[in-house]
Amino acid sequence: MADLNSLTLAQLRDGFRGGEFSAREIAEGFNAAVAAARALNAYTVETPEDALACAEAADAARQSGALKPLSGIPLGIKDLFATVGVDTTSGSKILGGFKPAYESTVSAKLRDAGAGMLGKLNMDEFAMGSSNETSTYGPVISPWKRSDGGNAALTPGGSSGGSAAAVAAGLAPGVTGTDTGGSIRQPAAFTGITGIKPTYGRCSRWGIVSFASSLDQAGPMARTVRDCAILLEQMSGFDPKDATSLDAPVPAWERGLSSDLKGKRVGIPREYRIDGVPDEINALWDQGIAWLKDAGAEVVEISLPHTKYALPTYYIIAPAEASSNLARYDGVRYGLREVPEGGNLDAMYAATRAAGFGAEVKRRIMIGTYVLSAGFYDAYFTKAQRIRALIKQDFTRAFESCDIILTPTAPSAAFGIGEKMSDPLAMYLNDVFAVPASLAGLPAMSVPGGLDAQGLPLGLHLIGREMDEQGVLNAGLAIEERAGFTARPGKWW
Amino acid sequence: MSVDTATVRHIAKLARIAMSDAEVEALVPELNNILGWVEQLGEADTSGVEPLATVIDQKLRLRDDVIDADPLTGGNVRDKVLLNAPDAQHGFFAVPKVIE
Repeated sequence: MADLNSLTLAQLRDGFRGGEFSAREIAEGFNAAVAAARALNAYTVETPEDALACAEAADAARQSGALKPLSGIPLGIKDLFATVGVDTTSGSKILGGFKPAYESTVSAKLRDAGAGMLGKLNMDEFAMGSSNETSTYGPVISPWKRSDGGNAALTPGGSSGGSAAAVAAGLAPGVTGTDTGGSIRQPAAFTGITGIKPTYGRCSRWGIVSFASSLDQAGPMARTVRDCAILLEQMSGFDPKDATSLDAPVPAWERGLSSDLKGKRVGIPREYRIDGVPDEINALWDQGIAWLKDAGAEVVEISLPHTKYALPTYYIIAPAEASSNLARYDGVRYGLREVPEGGNLDAMYAATRAAGFGAEVKRRIMIGTYVLSAGFYDAYFTKAQRIRALIKQDFTRAFESCDIILTPTAPSAAFGIGEKMSDPLAMYLNDVFAVPASLAGLPAMSVPGGLDAQGLPLGLHLIGREMDEQGVLNAGLAIEERAGFTARPGKWW
Repeated sequence: MSVDTATVRHIAKLARIAMSDAEVEALVPELNNILGWVEQLGEADTSGVEPLATVIDQKLRLRDDVIDADPLTGGNVRDKVLLNAPDAQHGFFAVPKVIE
C-alpha cells in the first residue's frame, strides 16, 4: 500500500471511496505521524481519538453508501478556530485552558462534511506575526533545512505556521488557516505548499478568534490546488451569525478546475518590482509569467500606484481593530485572571492583560490604542481608511485590463528562527506582496514555484477579482502543472 | 508625531495593560520607529476620498426580533456562558469588589 501520509487529499478521498484503504488506516497513519513529529511543535493539542472516531464513522458510512464530501479525511485545525471542548488558545497565554462550548462555523462545516480532527495547530499569538515566534507555545520549526549543512532551525512562516508545517511534513492532508495580511499565503510559500485566502466574507468568521475583523478571512492550506478547492468548497457559505458573511452561493470549485487560460489576461503590477528583493524571487516571477503564457494567457503590464502605502496602512488598520477586539480579554469571562493583592477591578484588568499578552500583541494593542485615541484618530486611522479606499480602487482599475494578477508571494525564502525577531519593521515587510489584496478583500493564493539556491521553497502569488476564486484556482493549477514542484523536506524530526 | 514615556504610560492605561518603567522605556523607540514609518501616508493625496471601513458591499443585516432564535447565541445557556469563567458565583461572573 502507498504511504498514505504522502498522498494528496484528493487521492486519499478517492482511494478511500474506491476501497483501496480504510478511513481507519488513514487516521492511524496521520495520528502516528503527528505523535512522531513533536520536534516541529506544529500541534498544540493532539486529538487522535477524534480522528479515529470520525474514521470509524466514515468506514461505516462507506458500508451503508452514505458518504459525505470529506468522509475519511482527517484535518488539522488552526488554534484560532473554536472547537467544542478542545483547547482554543489562539497561541496566547491569556486564553490558556479555554475550552469553548461552541464550534466555529468553518470547523463545524468541515465536520458536517465528514472530516475528523487530528489536533489544533500552533500559530503566532492572536495571529500577529510572520514567523510563529510570538506563540506562547514557542515557535513551530519548519520541516525544511537549508542545503548549506548549517542545520539552522527555520521558520515555517506565520501566522498559520503550524498549519503549513503540518502539511509540508505529512502530518495532515489539509488544514485550516486564517489570513489577515498574508498569514495563509506567506507560510504556504515558505513550506512549499498551496494555500488560498478567499474573497472577504466567503468563510464565516463566527467562532474564529478575532484579530482585525475587516481583514480576517479563513482559508485552506494543502498539498495541491485541487485539495484547496475541495476544502474551500466545504468551508465557505453564508452564515447569518456573521454580519459580514457574504450571502452568495458557493460555486463547485473543484469541478470548475481548468488550467486552460486561453483568453485570460494576466496583469503584472510594475510597482511590485521592489528594490532589495533577491534576484531569485524576480527570476521565479519571470518564470511564472512564462508558465501562464504557456497556458494560453496574455500578459499585460498593470499599475497599482498606491502599493507602497499598503503596508503602513495595514499596520494602522489591523492594530486599531485588534486593540478593540482584544479588549474582551479582561479576566472576567474566560482565560487568565490575575488579581494583585488588594487590587480593584481596574488593577485586575491591567494585571491580567500584562501577564496574558506577549510582547508583539502588547505592541500592536498599544499602536492601535494610540491611533484610535483622541487627537490622532483622523490623522492616522481615518487617513489609513482613505488610503485603503485608494488601494481597492487601484485593483478595480487594474481588473479592467486583466483577469488575474501574478506576483511573488514573499520577498524571501524562509528565514531562520530569531533572525528578524529584534526588528518589528523588518518582520512586517515580509507581507509586502500579500497585504494589498487583504486590504482590498480579494481572493489570493500562493502556489509553490521552485526552490532557491539553498533548496528552500519559493511561492508564486495570484490575486483575483472579487468572488473569482475559480480564476485564482485555475491560474494556480496552470502554474502547478508547469512547475512540477515535487520537492519535500527530508525527514529529520 | 512622536511619543514619549508619558504618552506611552497614558496609552498603556487606556489599553488596560500594566507596564513596568523598563517596558515603557523599551516601547518608546519601538512605537516611534513604527509611527515614523507610517508617517509616509501623509504624502498620499486623499482629498475627496471616502474612508473605507469594509470591503463588503452590503448593508448590515438585522436579526429577526425573536427571543432565543438561535440555540447557540440565544438565551437559556447560562451555564455554558459561565463555563470558562475564572470565577463564577451564584450564576454570575464574579469580579473583585467595585463598590466599597
